Amino acid sequence: MTAADRTMRLLIIEDDRESADYLVKAFREVGHIADHAGDGEEGLAMAESGDYDVLVVDRMLPKRDGLSLIGALRDKGESTPVLILSALGQVDDRIKGLRAGGDDYLPKPYSFAELLARVEVLSRRRGGPAEDTLYRVGDLELDRLSHRVARGKDELTLQPREFRLLEYLMKHAGQVVTRTMLLENVWDYHFDPQTNVIDVHISRLRSKIDKGFERPLLHTIRGAGYMIRDGIR
Amino acid sequence: MTAFGKLVRTTAFRLTLVYLFLFAIFAASLLGYFAWNTRRLITEEITQTVNAETSEINEIYGRRGLLGLSRAIEYRALRPGANLYLVTTPTGQAVAGNVGALAPGVMATAGWSETAYRRIEDADERDHRALVRVTEMSNGFRLLIGRDLDERRRLFGIVAKAAQWSILIVVVLGLGGGVFVARRVLTRIDAMSGTAHRIMTGDLSERLPVGRSGDELDRLAQNLNAMLERIEALMAGLKEVSDNIAHDLKTPLTRLRNRAEEALAKSGGEADYRAALERTIEESDGLIRTFNALLMIARAESGQARGNMDDFDAAEVANGIHELYEPLAEDDGMTLNVRCEPTPVHANRELISQALANLVENAIKYGKPAAQAAGTVVSLDSRQITIEAKREGDQVLLSVTDRGLGIPEADRKHVVERFVRLEASRTLPGSGLGLSLASAVATLHGGELRLGDAQPGLVATLVLPARAGDRVAPPMQDVPQKVA
Repeated sequence: MTAADRTMRLLIIEDDRESADYLVKAFREVGHIADHAGDGEEGLAMAESGDYDVLVVDRMLPKRDGLSLIGALRDKGESTPVLILSALGQVDDRIKGLRAGGDDYLPKPYSFAELLARVEVLSRRRGGPAEDTLYRVGDLELDRLSHRVARGKDELTLQPREFRLLEYLMKHAGQVVTRTMLLENVWDYHFDPQTNVIDVHISRLRSKIDKGFERPLLHTIRGAGYMIRDGIR
Repeated sequence: MTAFGKLVRTTAFRLTLVYLFLFAIFAASLLGYFAWNTRRLITEEITQTVNAETSEINEIYGRRGLLGLSRAIEYRALRPGANLYLVTTPTGQAVAGNVGALAPGVMATAGWSETAYRRIEDADERDHRALVRVTEMSNGFRLLIGRDLDERRRLFGIVAKAAQWSILIVVVLGLGGGVFVARRVLTRIDAMSGTAHRIMTGDLSERLPVGRSGDELDRLAQNLNAMLERIEALMAGLKEVSDNIAHDLKTPLTRLRNRAEEALAKSGGEADYRAALERTIEESDGLIRTFNALLMIARAESGQARGNMDDFDAAEVANGIHELYEPLAEDDGMTLNVRCEPTPVHANRELISQALANLVENAIKYGKPAAQAAGTVVSLDSRQITIEAKREGDQVLLSVTDRGLGIPEADRKHVVERFVRLEASRTLPGSGLGLSLASAVATLHGGELRLGDAQPGLVATLVLPARAGDRVAPPMQDVPQKVA
């Protein structure tokens, strides 16, 4: 697990005490600040008063369910990113969650690495700079307008999908991106392949951008996913 | 409820009663109209005859006087079936005619009247009725001419009798017919309810009796049977799922537990613990995937996912899956091709993508020729996998063809079942749910998963109904079920 490069304030709204404690502890261990609310009403009150970077909301909550909580927040103009956790993992449940105002959806059971990666991406999206047209990591450059990719002085030729993959990785440079996130965001599939398809795409991309260069930029984060960054901090 | 009570309460019987009532009214009014008109016609005819004769007699009287009149009347009175004639003096004495007796006062008033009378020659004491016209002639003499009404009465009697009979016949036939139809329907409905009752008490294999006439009840029975078929298949599927969960999820769970227990018992170093924990996570990830796949299949089979249907071109899905898996296939020494034509469908894009992905993953995993699996060099052709989207009539075929060993015909039905893995593939990773899901997805869309021989190799085809202008909902298909 990598240490967070920026401390986040998180609110975990989850009625199961044990999972909530586990999440709070796990987020604190990687350097974030995490609060906990045990039901929908308490969660809504805390979300409104506290200044949180990301809310992690369970879909089924006592007193007020997750979707109605998000709806109430959005009605009040509160735009804090929300990640919905749910035991209902099916496609249409996900769509319902996103329609209600959620920003991301993670079915239970999930791995903490996946949750952390998604939460970090959400918080960055909020605090980060507006969409750049030029991404740069080390000496790797990607021009989103002209679709040009270059490493140092070398121009690289990428397939359209490789370009989108690299674009997504570079947009979240310095952050862990999981295989599911790539499948969802680059390919727009929400199922779970039984094979290592994503790894193969990554290794192709890696052979184009890292092969023959001294400093590798595209890193595999064990047990979590991938990250593009310059050097190892 | 008594048998009779049931019979009387049937719709058929009630309808019969209504029609019976209507027909009786119809028959009665028809006959009534007939009787009334006949009566009117007869009266008219009598009136005309009498009027004509009256003027004739008057003329004779004018020309030949009383004697001539009497002679004419006597002559006419003797003719068979003669009218009634009577001539009286101003004092009321009968001068000529064939009337013996009359109701009192008839001769006093001129004009038409209906009266009882008796002829002179009549032996019996019975009164007859007649329609008569009395006219006053000069000198105070009065002339009566009339006609017997017996004919009219007899005709009326015939009509009345006909009315009685016809109403009786209508009632008897109607009631009989009603009872017959009601009993026929009732017997069949009773048979159906009996079957339904047996089904409710738990015997789902029962089927409703279907006759050969193809009438509305037969069609209803056929449809209900199709519904029962579907319910039974769903129940079987459900039972299969629980059996499978019991067996195939318990096994990895046990393994998981054993591993954790073993790691606890062995007092190894941190590295040992870490390795054990990592294996535990891997194992539980596998379990979660299996569980998700099972849920997905269950959802597809129960039809819940029908909500998220879009109109799109299945060729896009084929191209997308090709793009996703092409590098993986290449890494495995295979070539993944795609051949597409426009194939409009109305479907759940996510599910179709996943089903096709499963077929492609299977082809990559199992579609290698035996020789290649063993590491020998084989011809290039044998390492081809082809994804194809094409339209055939009102069907869209999404197929994946490989050049591997294929699936023996006897096993093809079997492999779509949950957790079924053929002997040859048991050593490779996988849950045994890929084809089950593909089949469930095809079924959800009103299609099917077809497995065929590519000679050599396997061709797995998702058959989906093509989108047409305004298709009705696709017909139900049986879900795959275990062959006992």
